[in-house]
Amino acid sequence: MSCWQTIQDYGLRSIGIGERLLPKTDFTLCEQFTLIGSGMIWNIYFGVLALITGFFFASALAIGKASSNRLYRKPAEWFIFLFRGSPLFIQFFFAYFLFLNLKGVHPFFDPFTAAWLGALIVLFLNTSAYTAEIFYGALLSIPKGDVEAADAYGMSGWPRFRRIVWPTMLRLAWPAYTNEAIFLFHATTLVYFSGFPAWRQKGDALYYASYFADKTFNPFIPYPILAFYFIIFTLIIVGVFGLINNRLNRHLPGERRSKMRLRPNLIR
Amino acid sequence: MFSYCSDPDTLGTFGWFSCYLSNGVHMSFYLSFVKVLLLLAITAPVALGFGFLGAMASRSRVLPLRWLGKGYIAIVRGVPDIAFFLFFVIALDQMFEWTRHQILCPDWTDPVRQGNDFLVCPQAKLPLGTSPEWMHETYGFFLAVITFALVFGAFAANVLFGAMRAVPRPQLETAEAYGMSHRQTFWRILVPQMWVYALPGLSNLWMVLIKATPLLFLLGVEDIVYWARELGGTKTSRFTSYPHGDWRMWYFLFLLVFYLGFTRISEIVLDRIMKRLTFGQATAGGEAQRKAAA
Repeated sequence: MSCWQTIQDYGLRSIGIGERLLPKTDFTLCEQFTLIGSGMIWNIYFGVLALITGFFFASALAIGKASSNRLYRKPAEWFIFLFRGSPLFIQFFFAYFLFLNLKGVHPFFDPFTAAWLGALIVLFLNTSAYTAEIFYGALLSIPKGDVEAADAYGMSGWPRFRRIVWPTMLRLAWPAYTNEAIFLFHATTLVYFSGFPAWRQKGDALYYASYFADKTFNPFIPYPILAFYFIIFTLIIVGVFGLINNRLNRHLPGERRSKMRLRPNLIR
Repeated sequence: MFSYCSDPDTLGTFGWFSCYLSNGVHMSFYLSFVKVLLLLAITAPVALGFGFLGAMASRSRVLPLRWLGKGYIAIVRGVPDIAFFLFFVIALDQMFEWTRHQILCPDWTDPVRQGNDFLVCPQAKLPLGTSPEWMHETYGFFLAVITFALVFGAFAANVLFGAMRAVPRPQLETAEAYGMSHRQTFWRILVPQMWVYALPGLSNLWMVLIKATPLLFLLGVEDIVYWARELGGTKTSRFTSYPHGDWRMWYFLFLLVFYLGFTRISEIVLDRIMKRLTFGQATAGGEAQRKAAA
Protein backbone atom coordinates (compact mmCIF):
# COMPACT_ATOMS: atom_id res chain seq x y z
CA MET A 1 0.00 0.00 0.00
CA SER A 2 1.47 3.30 -1.02
CA CYS A 3 1.96 6.09 1.43
CA TRP A 4 -0.52 8.29 -0.43
CA GLN A 5 -3.15 5.59 -0.02
CA THR A 6 -2.39 5.43 3.71
CA ILE A 7 -2.83 9.17 4.03
CA GLN A 8 -6.19 8.93 2.27
CA ASP A 9 -7.26 6.10 4.57
CA TYR A 10 -6.04 7.42 7.87
CA GLY A 11 -5.47 11.15 7.44
CA LEU A 12 -8.82 12.00 9.00
CA ARG A 13 -9.21 8.80 11.03
CA SER A 14 -9.32 10.67 14.33
CA ILE A 15 -12.58 12.37 13.36
CA GLY A 16 -14.07 9.20 11.97
CA ILE A 17 -13.48 9.65 8.24
CA GLY A 18 -11.71 6.94 6.28
CA GLU A 19 -10.68 3.42 7.14
CA ARG A 20 -12.46 2.07 10.20
CA LEU A 21 -9.91 -0.45 11.46
CA LEU A 22 -6.57 0.73 12.75
CA PRO A 23 -3.54 -1.07 11.33
CA LYS A 24 -2.81 -4.18 13.37
CA THR A 25 0.52 -5.56 12.19
CA ASP A 26 3.53 -4.53 10.11
CA PHE A 27 3.32 -0.87 10.95
CA THR A 28 5.03 1.32 8.41
CA LEU A 29 6.60 4.63 9.24
CA CYS A 30 4.05 6.27 6.98
CA GLU A 31 1.14 4.82 8.94
CA GLN A 32 2.56 6.06 12.20
CA PHE A 33 3.19 9.54 10.82
CA THR A 34 -0.30 9.74 9.32
CA LEU A 35 -2.26 8.47 12.30
CA ILE A 36 -0.38 10.51 14.89
CA GLY A 37 -0.74 13.55 12.66
CA SER A 38 -4.44 12.85 12.31
CA GLY A 39 -4.68 12.76 16.10
CA MET A 40 -3.19 16.25 16.19
CA ILE A 41 -6.55 17.50 14.87
CA TRP A 42 -7.99 16.90 18.33
CA ASN A 43 -5.08 18.60 20.07
CA ILE A 44 -5.55 21.63 17.86
CA TYR A 45 -9.31 21.59 18.37
CA PHE A 46 -8.99 21.50 22.18
CA GLY A 47 -6.13 23.96 22.28
CA VAL A 48 -7.59 26.60 19.98
CA LEU A 49 -11.14 26.57 21.33
CA ALA A 50 -10.10 26.52 24.98
CA LEU A 51 -7.63 29.33 24.35
CA ILE A 52 -10.11 31.58 22.56
CA THR A 53 -13.00 31.09 24.97
CA GLY A 54 -10.69 31.12 27.97
CA PHE A 55 -9.23 34.44 26.90
CA PHE A 56 -12.49 36.32 27.44
CA PHE A 57 -13.42 34.59 30.66
CA ALA A 58 -9.90 35.18 31.98
CA SER A 59 -10.18 38.91 31.28
CA ALA A 60 -13.38 39.01 33.31
CA LEU A 61 -11.83 36.97 36.12
CA ALA A 62 -8.74 39.16 36.27
CA ILE A 63 -10.86 42.29 36.57
CA GLY A 64 -12.92 40.54 39.21
CA LYS A 65 -9.82 39.64 41.19
CA ALA A 66 -8.49 43.20 40.96
CA SER A 67 -11.85 44.65 41.98
CA SER A 68 -12.19 46.37 45.34
CA ASN A 69 -15.66 44.91 45.77
CA ARG A 70 -15.53 41.71 47.85
CA LEU A 71 -18.55 40.36 46.01
CA TYR A 72 -16.54 40.17 42.78
CA ARG A 73 -13.12 39.56 44.26
CA LYS A 74 -13.77 36.54 46.46
CA PRO A 75 -15.42 34.29 43.84
CA ALA A 76 -12.69 35.11 41.34
CA GLU A 77 -9.96 34.40 43.90
CA TRP A 78 -11.53 31.09 44.86
CA PHE A 79 -12.04 30.04 41.27
CA ILE A 80 -8.42 30.75 40.43
CA PHE A 81 -7.16 28.97 43.53
CA LEU A 82 -9.34 25.94 42.84
CA PHE A 83 -8.10 25.43 39.32
CA ARG A 84 -4.48 26.41 39.84
CA GLY A 85 -4.10 24.52 43.09
CA SER A 86 -5.16 21.09 41.88
CA PRO A 87 -3.76 18.89 39.11
CA LEU A 88 -5.45 19.10 35.74
CA PHE A 89 -5.37 15.32 35.58
CA ILE A 90 -7.55 15.03 38.70
CA GLN A 91 -9.83 17.79 37.38
CA PHE A 92 -10.43 15.75 34.24
CA PHE A 93 -11.25 12.64 36.23
CA PHE A 94 -13.53 14.47 38.61
CA ALA A 95 -15.36 16.28 35.81
CA TYR A 96 -15.84 13.07 33.86
CA PHE A 97 -17.41 11.23 36.77
CA LEU A 98 -19.44 14.28 37.71
CA PHE A 99 -20.89 14.43 34.19
CA LEU A 100 -21.47 10.69 34.32
CA ASN A 101 -23.57 11.14 37.45
CA LEU A 102 -25.44 14.11 35.98
CA LYS A 103 -26.19 12.05 32.90
CA GLY A 104 -28.24 9.73 35.10
CA VAL A 105 -30.24 12.73 36.31
CA HIS A 106 -31.08 14.26 32.96
CA PRO A 107 -30.34 13.23 29.35
CA PHE A 108 -29.33 16.84 28.63
CA PHE A 109 -25.91 15.97 30.03
CA ASP A 110 -25.30 13.15 27.53
CA PRO A 111 -22.80 15.02 25.33
CA PHE A 112 -20.85 16.21 28.37
CA THR A 113 -19.42 12.75 28.97
CA ALA A 114 -17.85 12.80 25.51
CA ALA A 115 -14.40 14.28 25.27
CA TRP A 116 -15.22 16.88 22.63
CA LEU A 117 -17.43 18.79 25.06
CA GLY A 118 -16.61 17.60 28.58
CA ALA A 119 -12.84 17.84 28.27
CA LEU A 120 -13.17 21.12 26.43
CA ILE A 121 -15.08 22.60 29.36
CA VAL A 122 -12.44 21.48 31.83
CA LEU A 123 -9.64 22.85 29.65
CA PHE A 124 -11.57 26.10 29.23
CA LEU A 125 -12.00 26.56 32.99
CA ASN A 126 -8.43 25.53 33.69
CA THR A 127 -6.80 27.83 31.17
CA SER A 128 -9.10 30.65 32.28
CA ALA A 129 -7.78 30.35 35.81
CA TYR A 130 -4.12 30.29 34.75
CA THR A 131 -4.59 33.11 32.26
CA ALA A 132 -6.57 35.17 34.76
CA GLU A 133 -3.63 35.01 37.17
CA ILE A 134 -1.31 36.25 34.41
CA PHE A 135 -3.71 39.05 33.44
CA TYR A 136 -4.20 40.00 37.06
CA GLY A 137 -0.46 40.39 37.50
CA ALA A 138 -0.33 42.53 34.37
CA LEU A 139 -3.28 44.61 35.53
CA LEU A 140 -1.43 45.48 38.72
CA SER A 141 1.70 46.52 36.85
CA ILE A 142 0.04 48.97 34.46
CA PRO A 143 2.06 52.18 34.75
CA LYS A 144 0.30 54.70 36.96
CA GLY A 145 0.98 57.47 34.42
CA ASP A 146 -1.04 55.73 31.69
CA VAL A 147 -4.16 55.67 33.81
CA GLU A 148 -3.60 59.24 35.01
CA ALA A 149 -3.21 60.42 31.42
CA ALA A 150 -6.52 58.78 30.55
CA ASP A 151 -8.14 60.55 33.48
CA ALA A 152 -6.70 63.83 32.27
CA TYR A 153 -8.31 63.30 28.88
CA GLY A 154 -11.63 62.90 30.62
CA MET A 155 -11.92 59.18 30.00
CA SER A 156 -13.47 56.97 32.60
CA GLY A 157 -15.36 53.74 32.96
CA TRP A 158 -15.72 51.63 29.85
CA PRO A 159 -13.83 53.85 27.34
CA ARG A 160 -10.87 54.10 29.66
CA PHE A 161 -10.86 50.36 30.19
CA ARG A 162 -11.24 49.49 26.52
CA ARG A 163 -8.76 51.98 25.14
CA ILE A 164 -6.11 52.24 27.86
CA VAL A 165 -6.24 49.60 30.58
CA TRP A 166 -7.06 46.52 28.53
CA PRO A 167 -4.53 47.01 25.72
CA THR A 168 -1.78 47.81 28.21
CA MET A 169 -2.68 44.77 30.24
CA LEU A 170 -2.48 42.57 27.15
CA ARG A 171 0.83 44.09 26.13
CA LEU A 172 2.37 43.43 29.54
CA ALA A 173 0.89 39.96 29.88
CA TRP A 174 1.68 38.78 26.36
CA PRO A 175 5.01 36.95 26.89
CA ALA A 176 3.62 35.02 29.85
CA TYR A 177 0.42 34.38 27.95
CA THR A 178 2.42 32.85 25.11
CA ASN A 179 3.85 30.36 27.58
CA GLU A 180 0.39 29.60 28.83
CA ALA A 181 -0.77 28.89 25.28
CA ILE A 182 2.09 26.46 24.65
CA PHE A 183 1.44 24.93 27.99
CA LEU A 184 -2.26 24.47 27.33
CA PHE A 185 -1.49 22.93 24.00
CA HIS A 186 0.73 20.36 25.71
CA ALA A 187 -1.93 19.75 28.35
CA THR A 188 -4.45 18.68 25.70
CA THR A 189 -2.59 15.37 25.49
CA LEU A 190 -3.96 14.42 28.91
CA VAL A 191 -7.55 14.24 27.73
CA TYR A 192 -7.73 10.66 26.54
CA PHE A 193 -5.73 9.34 29.47
CA SER A 194 -8.08 10.64 32.11
CA GLY A 195 -11.39 8.85 31.97
CA PHE A 196 -12.80 10.40 28.83
CA PRO A 197 -13.18 7.47 26.45
CA ALA A 198 -11.80 7.54 22.93
CA TRP A 199 -14.97 6.49 21.16
CA ARG A 200 -14.29 4.13 18.23
CA GLN A 201 -10.59 4.75 18.72
CA LYS A 202 -10.92 8.37 17.71
CA GLY A 203 -8.18 9.80 19.89
CA ASP A 204 -5.59 12.51 19.95
CA ALA A 205 -1.95 12.31 18.88
CA LEU A 206 -0.69 10.82 22.13
CA TYR A 207 -3.46 8.25 22.07
CA TYR A 208 -2.26 6.94 18.73
CA ALA A 209 1.40 7.22 19.72
CA SER A 210 0.83 5.08 22.78
CA TYR A 211 -1.26 2.69 20.67
CA PHE A 212 1.74 2.11 18.41
CA ALA A 213 4.13 1.89 21.36
CA ASP A 214 1.93 -0.74 23.00
CA LYS A 215 1.54 -2.75 19.84
CA THR A 216 5.15 -2.72 18.69
CA PHE A 217 6.72 -2.51 22.15
CA ASN A 218 9.07 -0.01 20.59
CA PRO A 219 8.76 3.52 21.99
CA PHE A 220 11.60 4.87 19.89
CA ILE A 221 9.53 5.54 16.76
CA PRO A 222 6.03 6.82 17.73
CA TYR A 223 7.10 9.15 20.53
CA PRO A 224 9.76 10.99 18.53
CA ILE A 225 7.14 11.43 15.78
CA LEU A 226 4.81 12.92 18.35
CA ALA A 227 7.62 15.15 19.60
CA PHE A 228 8.27 16.28 16.04
CA TYR A 229 4.64 17.36 15.58
CA PHE A 230 4.53 19.12 18.90
CA ILE A 231 7.76 21.00 18.33
CA ILE A 232 6.43 22.21 14.98
CA PHE A 233 3.17 23.39 16.50
CA THR A 234 4.97 25.00 19.41
CA LEU A 235 7.03 26.97 16.89
CA ILE A 236 3.85 28.00 15.06
CA ILE A 237 2.32 29.26 18.32
CA VAL A 238 5.49 31.19 19.12
CA GLY A 239 5.41 32.73 15.64
CA VAL A 240 1.76 33.75 15.72
CA PHE A 241 1.97 35.13 19.23
CA GLY A 242 5.14 36.98 18.29
CA LEU A 243 3.27 38.75 15.47
CA ILE A 244 0.49 39.76 17.85
CA ASN A 245 3.11 40.90 20.32
CA ASN A 246 4.64 43.15 17.66
CA ARG A 247 1.26 44.64 16.94
CA LEU A 248 0.51 45.25 20.62
CA ASN A 249 3.85 47.01 21.02
CA ARG A 250 3.84 48.91 17.74
CA HIS A 251 3.48 52.36 19.37
CA LEU A 252 6.60 51.95 21.49
CA PRO A 253 10.02 53.18 20.38
CA GLY A 254 12.20 50.37 19.03
CA GLU A 255 14.48 49.68 21.93
CA ARG A 256 11.75 49.73 24.53
CA ARG A 257 9.82 46.99 22.81
CA SER A 258 10.02 44.02 25.08
CA LYS A 259 11.61 41.08 23.38
CA MET A 260 9.63 37.91 23.77
CA ARG A 261 11.37 35.81 26.36
CA LEU A 262 10.10 32.30 26.50
CA ARG A 263 10.19 30.64 29.86
CA PRO A 264 9.79 26.97 30.68
CA ASN A 265 6.60 25.05 30.02
CA LEU A 266 5.71 22.96 32.98
CA ILE A 267 3.08 20.45 33.88
CA ARG A 268 0.08 21.72 35.68
CA MET B 1 -11.15 -3.53 61.66
CA PHE B 2 -13.64 -2.86 64.44
CA SER B 3 -15.30 -5.76 66.22
CA TYR B 4 -18.83 -4.76 65.20
CA CYS B 5 -17.92 -4.90 61.52
CA SER B 6 -18.60 -8.60 61.13
CA ASP B 7 -22.09 -7.99 59.75
CA PRO B 8 -22.19 -4.61 57.95
CA ASP B 9 -25.80 -4.99 56.75
CA THR B 10 -27.16 -4.34 60.21
CA LEU B 11 -25.19 -1.16 60.89
CA GLY B 12 -26.41 2.44 60.89
CA THR B 13 -24.94 5.06 58.53
CA PHE B 14 -22.10 6.12 60.78
CA GLY B 15 -21.13 2.62 61.80
CA TRP B 16 -21.30 1.45 58.19
CA PHE B 17 -18.95 4.18 57.00
CA SER B 18 -16.51 3.63 59.84
CA CYS B 19 -16.30 -0.02 58.81
CA TYR B 20 -16.28 0.73 55.09
CA LEU B 21 -13.50 3.28 55.29
CA SER B 22 -11.28 1.05 57.42
CA ASN B 23 -11.51 -2.21 55.48
CA GLY B 24 -8.50 -3.83 53.86
CA VAL B 25 -8.64 -2.22 50.41
CA HIS B 26 -9.03 1.23 51.94
CA MET B 27 -5.83 0.64 53.85
CA SER B 28 -4.13 0.12 50.48
CA PHE B 29 -5.74 3.37 49.35
CA TYR B 30 -4.28 5.22 52.32
CA LEU B 31 -0.93 3.52 51.75
CA SER B 32 -0.90 4.88 48.21
CA PHE B 33 -0.90 8.41 49.66
CA VAL B 34 2.31 7.45 51.43
CA LYS B 35 3.58 6.23 48.07
CA VAL B 36 2.94 9.65 46.54
CA LEU B 37 4.68 11.42 49.40
CA LEU B 38 7.58 8.99 49.14
CA LEU B 39 7.85 9.70 45.43
CA LEU B 40 8.00 13.43 46.15
CA ALA B 41 10.59 12.95 48.90
CA ILE B 42 12.87 10.88 46.66
CA THR B 43 12.31 12.68 43.38
CA ALA B 44 12.84 16.23 44.58
CA PRO B 45 16.51 15.82 45.62
CA VAL B 46 17.34 13.54 42.69
CA ALA B 47 15.78 15.98 40.23
CA LEU B 48 17.72 18.79 41.87
CA GLY B 49 20.88 16.75 41.36
CA PHE B 50 20.09 16.16 37.69
CA GLY B 51 19.25 19.83 37.36
CA PHE B 52 22.57 20.80 38.86
CA LEU B 53 24.45 18.53 36.48
CA GLY B 54 22.43 19.85 33.55
CA ALA B 55 23.09 23.46 34.49
CA MET B 56 26.78 22.72 34.96
CA ALA B 57 26.94 21.01 31.59
CA SER B 58 25.14 23.78 29.76
CA ARG B 59 27.62 26.41 30.98
CA SER B 60 30.62 24.17 30.45
CA ARG B 61 33.53 25.35 28.32
CA VAL B 62 33.66 22.05 26.46
CA LEU B 63 31.44 22.40 23.41
CA PRO B 64 29.93 18.88 23.19
CA LEU B 65 29.13 18.95 26.90
CA ARG B 66 27.43 22.31 26.48
CA TRP B 67 25.35 20.95 23.61
CA LEU B 68 24.39 17.99 25.74
CA GLY B 69 23.23 20.21 28.60
CA LYS B 70 21.35 22.65 26.39
CA GLY B 71 19.82 19.86 24.32
CA TYR B 72 18.61 18.11 27.47
CA ILE B 73 16.86 21.26 28.66
CA ALA B 74 15.43 22.18 25.25
CA ILE B 75 14.02 18.78 24.30
CA VAL B 76 12.30 18.06 27.58
CA ARG B 77 10.76 21.54 27.58
CA GLY B 78 9.49 21.44 24.01
CA VAL B 79 7.46 18.25 24.19
CA PRO B 80 4.44 17.41 26.35
CA ASP B 81 5.74 15.90 29.56
CA ILE B 82 3.16 13.17 29.60
CA ALA B 83 4.68 11.89 26.36
CA PHE B 84 7.99 11.71 28.18
CA PHE B 85 6.46 9.79 31.01
CA LEU B 86 5.01 7.23 28.66
CA PHE B 87 8.22 7.08 26.64
CA PHE B 88 10.79 6.81 29.41
CA VAL B 89 9.11 4.02 31.30
CA ILE B 90 9.39 1.67 28.33
CA ALA B 91 12.67 3.06 27.07
CA LEU B 92 14.44 2.85 30.43
CA ASP B 93 13.17 -0.64 31.05
CA GLN B 94 14.40 -1.80 27.66
CA MET B 95 17.70 -0.03 28.14
CA PHE B 96 18.35 -1.78 31.46
CA GLU B 97 17.34 -5.17 30.09
CA TRP B 98 19.37 -4.72 26.94
CA THR B 99 22.48 -3.77 28.94
CA ARG B 100 22.08 -6.76 31.22
CA HIS B 101 21.46 -8.90 28.18
CA GLN B 102 24.76 -7.85 26.63
CA ILE B 103 26.66 -8.56 29.84
CA LEU B 104 24.94 -11.71 31.10
CA CYS B 105 24.27 -13.57 27.87
CA PRO B 106 27.11 -12.89 25.43
CA ASP B 107 26.41 -16.17 23.60
CA TRP B 108 22.83 -15.27 22.73
CA THR B 109 22.54 -15.10 18.95
CA ASP B 110 18.88 -14.22 18.30
CA PRO B 111 18.18 -10.56 17.69
CA VAL B 112 16.66 -8.70 20.61
CA ARG B 113 13.97 -7.10 18.48
CA GLN B 114 11.91 -9.70 16.67
CA GLY B 115 9.08 -8.04 14.82
CA ASN B 116 6.86 -6.58 17.50
CA ASP B 117 8.63 -8.27 20.40
CA PHE B 118 11.47 -7.29 22.62
CA LEU B 119 13.19 -10.48 23.73
CA VAL B 120 16.13 -10.78 26.09
CA CYS B 121 17.47 -13.92 27.72
CA PRO B 122 15.66 -14.98 30.92
CA GLN B 123 18.60 -14.09 33.17
CA ALA B 124 18.51 -10.51 31.93
CA LYS B 125 14.85 -9.91 32.70
CA LEU B 126 14.18 -7.16 35.18
CA PRO B 127 12.98 -8.06 37.68
CA LEU B 128 13.68 -11.79 37.27
CA GLY B 129 10.65 -13.86 36.40
CA THR B 130 11.04 -15.79 39.63
CA SER B 131 11.20 -12.79 41.95
CA PRO B 132 8.32 -12.04 44.33
CA GLU B 133 5.53 -9.57 43.69
CA TRP B 134 6.96 -6.76 45.81
CA MET B 135 10.12 -6.76 43.67
CA HIS B 136 8.01 -6.02 40.59
CA GLU B 137 6.25 -3.19 42.35
CA THR B 138 9.47 -1.71 43.68
CA TYR B 139 11.02 -1.90 40.24
CA GLY B 140 8.02 -0.09 38.73
CA PHE B 141 8.24 2.57 41.40
CA PHE B 142 11.98 2.91 40.81
CA LEU B 143 11.41 3.45 37.08
CA ALA B 144 8.81 6.09 37.91
CA VAL B 145 11.24 7.91 40.18
CA ILE B 146 13.93 8.02 37.48
CA THR B 147 11.42 9.21 34.89
CA PHE B 148 10.15 11.99 37.13
CA ALA B 149 13.70 12.96 38.03
CA LEU B 150 14.75 13.10 34.38
CA VAL B 151 11.86 15.32 33.35
CA PHE B 152 11.97 17.58 36.37
CA GLY B 153 15.74 17.62 36.27
CA ALA B 154 15.49 19.47 32.97
CA PHE B 155 13.16 22.05 34.49
CA ALA B 156 15.44 22.41 37.50
CA ALA B 157 18.45 22.72 35.19
CA ASN B 158 16.74 25.61 33.48
CA VAL B 159 16.06 27.36 36.79
CA LEU B 160 19.58 26.80 38.10
CA PHE B 161 21.13 27.88 34.82
CA GLY B 162 19.25 31.17 35.12
CA ALA B 163 20.23 31.53 38.76
CA MET B 164 23.92 31.00 37.95
CA ARG B 165 23.74 33.77 35.41
CA ALA B 166 21.97 36.05 37.89
CA VAL B 167 24.89 36.08 40.31
CA PRO B 168 26.52 39.50 39.87
CA ARG B 169 29.47 39.34 37.50
CA PRO B 170 31.83 41.42 39.73
CA GLN B 171 31.64 38.70 42.37
CA LEU B 172 33.24 36.26 39.96
CA GLU B 173 35.73 38.81 38.72
CA THR B 174 36.81 39.50 42.29
CA ALA B 175 37.34 35.81 42.83
CA GLU B 176 39.50 35.66 39.70
CA ALA B 177 41.44 38.68 40.90
CA TYR B 178 42.21 36.79 44.09
CA GLY B 179 43.77 34.12 41.96
CA MET B 180 41.09 31.48 42.31
CA SER B 181 40.94 28.86 39.62
CA HIS B 182 37.84 28.32 37.51
CA ARG B 183 36.76 25.42 39.67
CA GLN B 184 37.33 27.26 42.93
CA THR B 185 35.33 30.24 41.70
CA PHE B 186 32.47 27.99 40.77
CA TRP B 187 32.28 26.08 44.03
CA ARG B 188 33.20 28.79 46.51
CA ILE B 189 31.60 31.89 45.02
CA LEU B 190 28.98 31.04 42.43
CA VAL B 191 27.23 28.05 44.02
CA PRO B 192 26.72 29.50 47.51
CA GLN B 193 25.29 32.71 46.07
CA MET B 194 22.96 31.35 43.43
CA TRP B 195 20.39 29.79 45.76
CA VAL B 196 18.64 33.06 46.59
CA TYR B 197 18.04 33.63 42.90
CA ALA B 198 17.03 30.02 42.31
CA LEU B 199 14.53 29.75 45.13
CA PRO B 200 11.45 31.35 43.53
CA GLY B 201 11.90 29.14 40.48
CA LEU B 202 12.52 26.04 42.54
CA SER B 203 9.51 26.59 44.77
CA ASN B 204 7.40 27.03 41.66
CA LEU B 205 8.84 23.76 40.44
CA TRP B 206 7.92 22.04 43.70
CA MET B 207 4.29 23.09 43.22
CA VAL B 208 4.38 21.76 39.70
CA LEU B 209 5.93 18.52 40.91
CA ILE B 210 3.12 18.06 43.43
CA LYS B 211 0.59 18.53 40.67
CA ALA B 212 2.40 16.04 38.46
CA THR B 213 2.18 13.18 40.94
CA PRO B 214 -1.18 11.85 39.67
CA LEU B 215 0.63 10.99 36.45
CA LEU B 216 2.17 8.09 38.39
CA PHE B 217 -1.01 6.33 37.39
CA LEU B 218 0.10 6.36 33.76
CA LEU B 219 3.38 4.74 34.72
CA GLY B 220 1.58 1.67 35.99
CA VAL B 221 2.10 2.32 39.69
CA GLU B 222 -0.88 1.58 41.93
CA ASP B 223 -1.23 5.14 43.15
CA ILE B 224 -4.10 7.20 44.51
CA VAL B 225 -5.76 7.63 41.11
CA TYR B 226 -5.69 3.87 40.54
CA TRP B 227 -7.27 3.15 43.92
CA ALA B 228 -9.83 5.92 43.61
CA ARG B 229 -11.02 4.38 40.36
CA GLU B 230 -10.98 0.88 41.80
CA LEU B 231 -12.74 1.65 45.05
CA GLY B 232 -15.24 4.12 43.68
CA GLY B 233 -16.65 1.85 41.00
CA THR B 234 -20.03 0.24 41.50
CA LYS B 235 -19.87 -2.72 43.89
CA THR B 236 -22.56 -5.37 44.13
CA SER B 237 -23.17 -7.47 47.20
CA ARG B 238 -21.85 -10.54 45.43
CA PHE B 239 -18.25 -9.39 45.65
CA THR B 240 -18.13 -7.27 48.76
CA SER B 241 -19.96 -6.87 52.01
CA TYR B 242 -20.10 -3.11 51.38
CA PRO B 243 -22.18 -2.70 48.21
CA HIS B 244 -22.57 0.83 46.84
CA GLY B 245 -23.23 2.70 43.62
CA ASP B 246 -20.78 4.62 41.46
CA TRP B 247 -18.88 6.76 43.97
CA ARG B 248 -15.88 7.58 41.81
CA MET B 249 -16.94 11.21 41.70
CA TRP B 250 -16.67 11.47 45.50
CA TYR B 251 -13.32 9.74 45.56
CA PHE B 252 -11.94 12.16 43.02
CA LEU B 253 -13.46 15.06 44.91
CA PHE B 254 -11.51 13.83 47.92
CA LEU B 255 -8.30 13.73 45.83
CA LEU B 256 -9.02 17.25 44.59
CA VAL B 257 -9.35 18.49 48.17
CA PHE B 258 -6.21 16.60 49.16
CA TYR B 259 -4.20 18.33 46.45
CA LEU B 260 -5.66 21.74 47.22
CA GLY B 261 -4.72 21.33 50.86
CA PHE B 262 -1.28 20.07 50.00
CA THR B 263 -0.46 22.96 47.65
CA ARG B 264 -1.82 25.46 50.18
CA ILE B 265 0.41 24.10 52.94
CA SER B 266 3.41 24.10 50.61
CA GLU B 267 2.67 27.69 49.68
CA ILE B 268 2.69 28.77 53.31
CA VAL B 269 5.88 26.86 54.15
CA LEU B 270 7.74 28.11 51.07
CA ASP B 271 6.71 31.67 51.88
CA ARG B 272 8.28 31.31 55.31
CA ILE B 273 11.51 29.88 53.86
CA MET B 274 11.70 32.71 51.36
CA LYS B 275 11.23 35.28 54.12
CA ARG B 276 14.02 33.74 56.13
CA LEU B 277 16.38 33.48 53.16
CA THR B 278 15.86 37.06 52.01
CA PHE B 279 16.55 38.34 55.52
CA GLY B 280 19.56 40.60 55.32
CA GLN B 281 20.04 40.09 51.58
CA ALA B 282 20.79 43.04 49.33
CA THR B 283 17.69 42.39 47.22
CA ALA B 284 14.38 44.20 46.96
CA GLY B 285 12.76 41.67 49.29
CA GLY B 286 15.43 42.02 51.93
CA GLU B 287 15.28 45.79 51.69
CA ALA B 288 11.51 45.75 52.19
CA GLN B 289 11.95 43.60 55.32
CA ARG B 290 14.53 46.00 56.70
CA LYS B 291 12.26 48.99 56.13
CA ALA B 292 9.29 47.25 57.71
CA ALA B 293 11.31 46.51 60.83
CA ALA B 294 12.66 50.04 61.15
